[in-house]
Amino acid sequence: MIRTSLRRALVPGLAAMTLLVTACGADNETSSGGTDSTGGGDAPSASAGLEGTLDGAGATSQEKAQDAWKTTVQGFNGGKLTINYGLVGSTDGRSQFIAGTTAFAGSDSYLKEDEDELAKAKERCGGTDPIEVPAYVSPIAIAFNLPGIDTLNLSPGVIADIFNNKITTWNDPAIAADNPDADLPDADISPVHRADDSGTTKNFTDYLGKAAPDNWPYEAEDAFPVSGGNSQAAQGTSGVIDLITGTENTIGYADESQVGDLGKVSVGVGDAFVAPSAEAAAKTVAVSTRVEGRSDVDMATDVDRTTTEDGAYPVILLSYLIACQQYDDPADAKNVKGYLSYIVSDAGQKLAAEEAGSAPLTPEVAAEAQGIVDKIVVN
Amino acid sequence: MTTTKSDLDAAPAWATRKAGGGDAVFKGTAFASACVILLALAGVFVFLSLKGAQGFTQPTEVYQRGYGDSFIGYVLPLLGGTVIAAVIALIIAVPLAIGIALVITQYAPPWLASPVAYVIDLLAAVPSVIYGLWGGLFLAPKLVPVYQWFHDTLGFIPLFGKVATSGRSISTAGVVLAIMILPIITAISREVFARTPRLHREAALALGATRWETIRMTVFPYGRSGVVSAVMLGLGRALGETLAVVMVLSPGTIFTIDLFSGSNTPSIAANVALKYSERSPGTLEVLIATGLVLFVMTFVVNFAARYIVARQERKFAV
Repeated sequence: MIRTSLRRALVPGLAAMTLLVTACGADNETSSGGTDSTGGGDAPSASAGLEGTLDGAGATSQEKAQDAWKTTVQGFNGGKLTINYGLVGSTDGRSQFIAGTTAFAGSDSYLKEDEDELAKAKERCGGTDPIEVPAYVSPIAIAFNLPGIDTLNLSPGVIADIFNNKITTWNDPAIAADNPDADLPDADISPVHRADDSGTTKNFTDYLGKAAPDNWPYEAEDAFPVSGGNSQAAQGTSGVIDLITGTENTIGYADESQVGDLGKVSVGVGDAFVAPSAEAAAKTVAVSTRVEGRSDVDMATDVDRTTTEDGAYPVILLSYLIACQQYDDPADAKNVKGYLSYIVSDAGQKLAAEEAGSAPLTPEVAAEAQGIVDKIVVN
Repeated sequence: MTTTKSDLDAAPAWATRKAGGGDAVFKGTAFASACVILLALAGVFVFLSLKGAQGFTQPTEVYQRGYGDSFIGYVLPLLGGTVIAAVIALIIAVPLAIGIALVITQYAPPWLASPVAYVIDLLAAVPSVIYGLWGGLFLAPKLVPVYQWFHDTLGFIPLFGKVATSGRSISTAGVVLAIMILPIITAISREVFARTPRLHREAALALGATRWETIRMTVFPYGRSGVVSAVMLGLGRALGETLAVVMVLSPGTIFTIDLFSGSNTPSIAANVALKYSERSPGTLEVLIATGLVLFVMTFVVNFAARYIVARQERKFAV
C-alpha cells in the first residue's frame, strides 16, 4: 500500500519538480515554457495573476486531466502558483475537503445526503451551499478480445447476463441474434472485472442495474459484486486492459480512452446500438436529470442510464469538482475560482479531451458550470 | 622458560584495563538498536490494535461489501488465500533452496559455486513490481497449458478445477512468491551449511559414510535451526508480499481450494492494497483489523516453528 502510493506520487511529483525547475529558470509572467501542454489556449481572465498554493485531492479517474489542467494553469501564472491534486480516491477527496485540509475535491460521486456529507460540506463552507460542477465525463467502453471481430451489438440485458455468468459462450443465441454477421466462436466467455474498488465499477454496475433490472439484481457498488464461474479480475484500468489484451475470449469494462485496439461493444439504446464516443457520452449528460432538492450551485446529476435518446451512450463516468462559494482566505478564493474556471472552460475541456480522452461538456452545461464558478468570493 | 603460578592466574593486562569510554558507547548503541526494533514492533502492534479495534464491530453491510457477514466471515477467506499462496511458495521454494545451498557448499567446485551463489543473490535485488509485471504478463499465460494438463489428468481432485484462461490464479501467485523467497532461503541455508565443522564431516567420512550420509549426519543437524530461520524469513515475505500478488492474481470473493480458479480470494496484504484507495466508510478500520490478524498469525507461526526446533535440538543434545 505504501508502494502503491509512492508509485502514484512519483509522476505528479516529478512533474511538479520539473515545473519548479523551469519556473525558477525562466521567471516571466506569461510563461509559454516547455511544460505547457498543447491546446491550452489563452488564459481566461480569472485564471491569470494567481499566486500561492492551491491544494485539492480526490478521484483517481481525473488523474490525466488534472495533470494537464494544472500544468496549463500553472503556466498561465509563470510559476507563482502551485497546484496540488492528491490522488487519494473520491471518498478521501470528499472527506479531506470537508475537513478543510484541501480547498477543492474531485469526486466520482456527488456529496451524499444520507451520510450527512452535504450538511458537513455546508458547515465547512461557512454555512453556504457547496459548489458541485461536472468536470470530467468519460465513456466507459465494454471491450472484448475476439480475433477478427471489432464490434458487437449487445443489449443491456445481454451485457448483464454475460457479466453475471448466465450467458457463458460466445455463440449463444442471445448474442448471435443481434450480431448476424459476426463469426462468433464456440468458446467460453470470460468476463473481466476490476479487482480494486473503483468509481468505474460503480458507474458500470449502476448502468447494468438501471438498464437491465431484471438481469442485474445488484446495487451500484465500488466493488464488483459477481465472482466465480469464468470471471477474472485485475487491478486498475491498465490491469484489466492487459488481461483482456493477453487473453482471448475475454470481455471487460474500462475507460474508453485506455481501450486501444480492442473490440468495443455498441450498447443497445432504445432500438439502436450506440458505440462509445465522447460526443455520445456528452449527449447522455445533457439529457440526464438533476438530483432533486439541491441548491442552485449544485449540479449533482443522476445519469440517465435508460435514455432512449438517439446517439446517446449511457455507460459513462461523471466526475465532479466540489468547492465552496466563499473562502476565508482571499488567495484560496481567487485560486479555486481561477482553476475551476479554466477546467469548465472550452479550452480546459478540450485539453482534457486531448490528454485524457474525456468528453467535453456540452456548451449549455459548461455555461451553467461557469456561472456557478463565477460566484466564488472571499468571505 | 619458567612460569610461576601467580603469573598464570593473573588476568592479562587487556582484560583488567579499566573499561574505556568506547566500550560504554558501543554497549549503549548496540543495546539501543536492539530496543528500537522491539519498540518499532510494539508501535506497529499498538497502531494496528487501536485503529483496527473498530474494524471488528462494523455494521454487517461493511463486511458484505467484502467477503462475508461478520469480521470472521470477512477475514477467514482472506487468511485462506494468504495461507494457500504462502504454502505453495514454500512447497516449491524450500526443497529447491536447500538443494541449491547444498550444491553450492558441498558438491560444486568453487569455480561454479560462487557464480551460482552470486546469481541467486541477485534475484533478491529484483523489486517485487518487476516480479509482478513478469508474472502477470509473461509467466501466467505460459502456465495455462501446465494447469490444463493438471486439470485434464488430475481433475477429479478438487485442487485442480477449471483453469482461468489468463492463467492468473493463486497457484501463479504461489510460483512467483516462490521465486521471490528462493534467494532469501538459499542465502541463509548456504551460510549455515558452510559453517558445518570440518572435523564432523571428516569423522563421518572416516566412518565410511557416503557423501549423502555425511550431509544427513553432519550438515543437516548442524544447520537445522539456521534453515528454519531461513524458511521463516521466506515465509514472512510470502505472507506479506503485496504488489506482486496483486499483479498476478485474478481475485474474487469466493474462497476455494481450487488452485486454478480466476476468482479465489486474495491474500490479506493484497486485499488491503485493492480495497484501500476508493474505499467506502468503515472499510479502512476493517482493513487495519485484517492487518492485525496477519501480524498475529505471523507471530504464531514463528513461535510454533521456534518451539518445534528447540524441542528437536534438546532431543539431539541428549
